[in-house]
Amino acid sequence: MSNKKSPLIKFSSVVKRFPGVVANDGVSFTVEKGTVHSLLGENGAGKTTLMNILYGLYQQDQGSIYLRGEEFEIDSPTRAIELGIGMVHQHFKLVQNHTVAENIALGLPSASAVRPTKDIKRKLLELAGQYGLKVDPEAKIWQLSAGEKQRVEILRALYRGAEILILDEPTSVLTPGETERLFTVLEDMKSEGRTIIFITHKLDEVMEVSDVVTVLREGKVVETVDTSSTDKSELSRKMVGREVLFDLEKPSRERGPIILEVQGLSALNDKRVEAIKDLSLSVHEGEILGIAGVAGNGQRELAEVLTGLRKATSGKVLIDGEDMTNSTPKKVSDRNVAHIPEDRIHQGIVGDLTLKDNAILKAYRKKPFSKGLLINYSLVDEHTREIIKDFDIKVPDPDTPANLLSGGNIQRLILGREVSSNPKLIIASHPTYGLDVAAAEQIRQLLLEQKGRGVGILLISENLTEVTSISDRIAVLFEGEIMGTVESGELEREELGMLMAGTPLEELAQREESVKG
Amino acid sequence: MINKLPFEIKKRQNPSGLGVMTVSLFALFGAFLVASIVFWAYGANPINAFRALFSGAFGGLYEISETVRRATPLLLAGVGLVIAFKAKFWNIGAEGQLLLGAMAASWVALFSPIPDPLLIPAMFLFGFLAGAAWGLIPAFLKSKLGINDVITTLMMNYVAINLILFLVQGPWKGEKQWGFPYTDEFPSAARLPTLGNTNVHWITLVIGVLAAVLIYFLINRTTPGFEIRVLGSSPAAGRFAGMSYVKSTLLVMFISGGMAGMAGVGEVAGIHHKLMNPAELSLGYGYTAIIVAWLARKNPLSVIVTSLFFGAIFAGGNAIKVSLGLPFQITDVFNGLILFFLIGSEILMSYKIEWRKNK
Repeated sequence: MSNKKSPLIKFSSVVKRFPGVVANDGVSFTVEKGTVHSLLGENGAGKTTLMNILYGLYQQDQGSIYLRGEEFEIDSPTRAIELGIGMVHQHFKLVQNHTVAENIALGLPSASAVRPTKDIKRKLLELAGQYGLKVDPEAKIWQLSAGEKQRVEILRALYRGAEILILDEPTSVLTPGETERLFTVLEDMKSEGRTIIFITHKLDEVMEVSDVVTVLREGKVVETVDTSSTDKSELSRKMVGREVLFDLEKPSRERGPIILEVQGLSALNDKRVEAIKDLSLSVHEGEILGIAGVAGNGQRELAEVLTGLRKATSGKVLIDGEDMTNSTPKKVSDRNVAHIPEDRIHQGIVGDLTLKDNAILKAYRKKPFSKGLLINYSLVDEHTREIIKDFDIKVPDPDTPANLLSGGNIQRLILGREVSSNPKLIIASHPTYGLDVAAAEQIRQLLLEQKGRGVGILLISENLTEVTSISDRIAVLFEGEIMGTVESGELEREELGMLMAGTPLEELAQREESVKG
Repeated sequence: MINKLPFEIKKRQNPSGLGVMTVSLFALFGAFLVASIVFWAYGANPINAFRALFSGAFGGLYEISETVRRATPLLLAGVGLVIAFKAKFWNIGAEGQLLLGAMAASWVALFSPIPDPLLIPAMFLFGFLAGAAWGLIPAFLKSKLGINDVITTLMMNYVAINLILFLVQGPWKGEKQWGFPYTDEFPSAARLPTLGNTNVHWITLVIGVLAAVLIYFLINRTTPGFEIRVLGSSPAAGRFAGMSYVKSTLLVMFISGGMAGMAGVGEVAGIHHKLMNPAELSLGYGYTAIIVAWLARKNPLSVIVTSLFFGAIFAGGNAIKVSLGLPFQITDVFNGLILFFLIGSEILMSYKIEWRKNK
């Protein structure tokens, strides 16, 4: 970035305080037009707060924001949109029961009062085609995968003519394939002169996609630097203020007997379309089987069928030798199966209830916490304090409502609770999704510890690095089918990518042979 | 987004007990203020009206006993509603459940072959079961078929009212009632004893207080109560944890309807000694109990206090009617205003207003 461009956005000593914390503490930096500018930092570093100020959701307590050299007071998202700023939040702001087109029409000044989606569909499909963001305008939001919802959010911002697009942790819901596609879209937008602010805590992405990176730590700018003149380890040092270990020690362990066996399993998704087809796999005790794959290829349905939350249309699920096909969540949990759910906020915890209640969300009906009808709360208190201590949950006391915890603490609470039931099998759905580097490493470490104790783990994750770094075997899921199961390290990342794109393993092997021959 | 105003609305992290109390008291004050305007519009001096209201409720032993008597059905039905609201089951049907309880008790008293010494316990038992059955219908419809609970519980009230009108005008019409739409008087073995010369049927009152304690215990210390709290907050998490929404909902409404049913038993066995026109029988206790439960903030023990408060408004409203010549409906206006202000103030508990600092 040697050619000097005009500063499009300038943050000047922006300060934002919340009760008890300073979220932004004198933030100053500039964003150039036509660049991809990463905002890098751990959870709680103040990235999202700063962008919410730019988008008009919050107002800064001190400092100013300049757009194209002029100071603006952006006092509402409406104003931000007028100024050509669009934002895609980490937690999508879409009306679940409405269609894609209706969501785009919502709040759009140009939409007509009668049949608001009339002209939208055509232009929407045009935009979608232009950027390769495939969506069905008639689909209801609740039927879409996270990746598809994100596409709708991006299209909505583009539809409103966003020149500056803020993306808050966009890849946390995407798979490698989808991430690559998103990056292509970002490149296209950049070449059209749009500016992208990319909030992330993933170093690979910063290096891959951005021109400039601003590192935030504890509400302050550590440094703004051209991506070309830095590297990952330097950035990570600046981001966390300490070195993060990227190599985890895998406990070696003899593969035990089969704990989970799935034979020819099929199931429907919410749209009543077959989401998993004739799927077979097995997990041994003391082994992590990683399920890699692009989002929306049946991962959610698979986890739900295995845990009794969804009915299978055919096939068999054997847990510890016993037929648990179409069982109930209660019976599955009684077979010593722990489940780390995909939606940790809504399924994993009950936000209004205390940590104590959340710590016994499943064990409340079992000894020693209850005998018959009565719950022994002094024992629950003890148990909760143990989980808090063992799993390093940062919380004042066990009577704190769970919704006051941060994402990493919530996940450690869930893991602590599930592990304390001494499971033989853990089904972990996206266990590190949305967590910062340190918290994610800790969760992976905890999973490896469980493996070391002989627990069988089915790890469903869209993070390919995560799957390859901690799994013993990897099964690749594509459109509800297993493309192939390989030992970890057997295939290169690119080859796994081909499986994830739908090439069966046999075909891949044949191709390689023909290349050799 | 309200951004142009000189203040900001911010979410409270964790509403404190004191904050909730303060906001509730301010809401009551607001309701009193608007009620003053109503008194004034009727040509009564609001100060006098409130004085009459207060002395009508607490002016002497008899007045206090009237307050307690009115509070009794509110306590029973209110405690039942607390558990329903805890489960986020919006039971608007306590009135109908209460009437069904009264109906079942009347059947036991007048037509059943149950021997005299067992009449009173049988009336409470059948009253509970009838109210519970009435409550289980909407519970089943919601938990199995996803039908809106507010609508079904409300509509069931009208069915109950008409069912009782049919009975007292038709098959159960009393032979010694000069053609009035009443059943015959209950035999003396089916009448609840009262305290001295008052109308306080103390057995019902004791049942109410015991139920408040038991239900508090049930919600906070037992496994079914745990399921009620979890499913009430997050059905998805409850399902994930292997709880049955259907089972829990049925249990909640069994208790909620049953409590309202027993309130109805108390009214016919303790006060009226016959089944009669629902409007005279209940005075809308089932509806007022909604406000009682709401003001108690989902705590069954608090219902003991809030039911007395509304009992006082009923008793005082009766006194106003006599001394100031105001219509008795004034208590309905009063109750309505209080509910209106309470629900309106709800937002202040989880949010706070902060004045913007000048930049």
